[in-house]
Amino acid sequence: MNRATLIFLGAFLVLTLSWGGLLLSNEQGYGALTPYFDDNESKAYPALVPGLAARGALVYADLGCAYCHTQQVRGGELSADLARHWGDRVSYGRDYIRNPRVLLGDLRVGQDLRNFGARAPAAATLYLHLYDPAAVVPGSTMPPHPFLFEQHAISGQPSPLALKVGGVAPGTELVPTERAEALVAYLLSLKDGYDFPEESRKNTPPPPPKEKAGGKKEIAAPAAAPKPEATKK
Amino acid sequence: MSASKPSSPVLPVAEAADIDAAVRLPVLVLLAFAILWLLTASALGLVAAIKLTRPDFLASCEWLTFGRVYPAALNALAYGWGVSAGLAVALWLMARLSRAVLPGGGLLVVAAVCWNVGVKLGILGILAGWSNSVPWLEMPRQVMPFLLVAYVCMAAWVVGALRAGSSPRLYVSQWWVLAALFWLPWLLTAAGAMLFFAPVRGTVQSVVAAWYAHGLLALWFAPLGLGLVYYLLPKLLGKPIRAYYLAPFGFWFYALFSAWAGAARLADGPVPAWTQAAGAIASFMLLLPVAVIAVNLFGSFLGGGLAALGRGVVLRFAAVAALFFVLSTLLYVAMALPGVAAITRLTWFAAASDYAVIYGVFSFAVFGAVYYLAPRLVGREWPFASLIRAHFWLALAGLVLAGVSLSLGGLQQGRELTNAKIPFADVTQHTLPYLQAATLAGALLLLGHLAFAVNFVKLVLCPRHRAASAAAPVPASLLAAPELELEVHAS
Ligand code: HEC
Repeated sequence: MNRATLIFLGAFLVLTLSWGGLLLSNEQGYGALTPYFDDNESKAYPALVPGLAARGALVYADLGCAYCHTQQVRGGELSADLARHWGDRVSYGRDYIRNPRVLLGDLRVGQDLRNFGARAPAAATLYLHLYDPAAVVPGSTMPPHPFLFEQHAISGQPSPLALKVGGVAPGTELVPTERAEALVAYLLSLKDGYDFPEESRKNTPPPPPKEKAGGKKEIAAPAAAPKPEATKK
Repeated sequence: MSASKPSSPVLPVAEAADIDAAVRLPVLVLLAFAILWLLTASALGLVAAIKLTRPDFLASCEWLTFGRVYPAALNALAYGWGVSAGLAVALWLMARLSRAVLPGGGLLVVAAVCWNVGVKLGILGILAGWSNSVPWLEMPRQVMPFLLVAYVCMAAWVVGALRAGSSPRLYVSQWWVLAALFWLPWLLTAAGAMLFFAPVRGTVQSVVAAWYAHGLLALWFAPLGLGLVYYLLPKLLGKPIRAYYLAPFGFWFYALFSAWAGAARLADGPVPAWTQAAGAIASFMLLLPVAVIAVNLFGSFLGGGLAALGRGVVLRFAAVAALFFVLSTLLYVAMALPGVAAITRLTWFAAASDYAVIYGVFSFAVFGAVYYLAPRLVGREWPFASLIRAHFWLALAGLVLAGVSLSLGGLQQGRELTNAKIPFADVTQHTLPYLQAATLAGALLLLGHLAFAVNFVKLVLCPRHRAASAAAPVPASLLAAPELELEVHAS
């Protein structure tokens, strides 16, 4: 075997090792996380993302919101994510299993949006924020997204979603496009309200007895449980 | 890799000319594409940078909204400039070091055109709204198989040079280049499949993305840069690599740890703790190979080498690349420390260390290599020496200004983000001056690249220049290019 072949094989081995060790093993472990079924609420969490919001997630990706906004509430001693009220708890891997494309983000030019739905203003404000951020947050450096809105002649009733901004010709109105409505539905759907018992136990170091117990059960739902994916593990 | 056969340490001039003639067309075509992409990337990058501080700039153009123009710039830089230029210099380097006269460069040109068409479609796709929004993998998945095939055709050529060559030994540059050429398609195939064709679930996607992002930087850009630096430094200093016997350790340990280090990008994120720890430990272990490589590269400067920096611009480019390799790796090491990670991750600081690899290490090494090889390929000197100097100083000023402002700005941003008493709006406002400085840096880089492009076009095309040089014999100093068997001089 000559030296070039050796290097080739070595290089292959080195990368394959990391692929197996990092990606495959995570795919086997974390990739197998299932939704958790809460008996008391008769619901599985994380909840399914409704259709309009799911389409909004695609708009979020195509406009590249993720280059400025993260979607991960971080823990750790130094982190101030919780103190900034970006979430009631840190994000768990299980929160993301229903998201077709996970965009955690690398950079926080803007706030973390993982729980934006829990703190969102009225839809009208949110539309205006997308149209012209500085009109809502003076001095904002978030880019305006005027192309998410279109100007219509008013026919019959004015649209309830029409933006209240100046510079719109009389007889016309500025309304969100379908993509804008999907994006806003997506933003409003962003909240990880449910605290999974397994993760929350791991994440709160001194477990005060009976505190988190509530009615949430660790064991899979009884035989009568309605949903097939409700089983845990 | 011991020096066993010290015969014919110098490549005969005639043989060097044959080797160069065989790769002339593909190398020049690839470089021409690469330089066009470099200009595109710097222009798009400048637009993105301006938008960060002046959000109203070109705001109504959806194609140029920040979330599209920024990834478009980075993709143009990585795949347009990076891969084309990387393959061009790798091809030349491999042919020279392997002493191979390659046949059939025409096919390679076809593959190069296909690659560049693919990148163009990919970037238009991003601008038009088909972006995946996964860092470094934004191009629509439809172009990925196409790109992969074109890449494999080009890389096979470079590897072919090794097999066809008559040189019995492998120099360490060849290790780095060979491995990098192979790692990129491996990374792209695995990550593309696991993210877009058979997507994995939940945050496993983020692990895949981090593995790819770090792989692209540390297992493609940095290795190619290092391969060039290992070649250029001893050549220009007229001295062998210091402690050459350590070079293989540097190579293997760097590869081993870099492949895992990507997981450190997910520090404190919603992925398993052991994954984060594995990334942090691997990043920390990088200290070992980086020390070895630093001894190799900077050892050559001991004893009068520093004075040589004043003489040649190629050497200066290579020295900056070596310096930034050490610097950027140390940044990765630092960011793996838990206390540092909590502050620097998700800020401009982390972004700055990635730019340092692509620009400071890879691009500087390639600039140096192109200034060295292009005159040898076309058989005449660079038309404007002043533009070469201008390019160097503009690129260096841009690199340092962007690096310093983004890392300081990132540190401040991180410190303020971790202090909930400071309102978020203030954090944003306080980073603005740093981003303005980075914008200025982007403008300097663009100017430098223009100087590079003008010089290159004139060198390759200008007919009057060609007529003049046809009359005068090709300067012997260019053709001679003694190919020292670099490692033979290790004693
Ligand atoms: C250039 C970076 C950038 C991009 C791209 C960007 N934003 Fe922002 N965003 C910001 C900044 C900075 C703020 C904080 C100032 C403000 O509220 O306007 C912000 C704030 C927000 C807020 C308010 C958050 C809160 O907690 O009050 C929302 C919602 C938001 N952005 C959504 C989006 C969406 C959706 C997109 C993609 C269409 C997007 N952003 C793209 C920078 C950006």
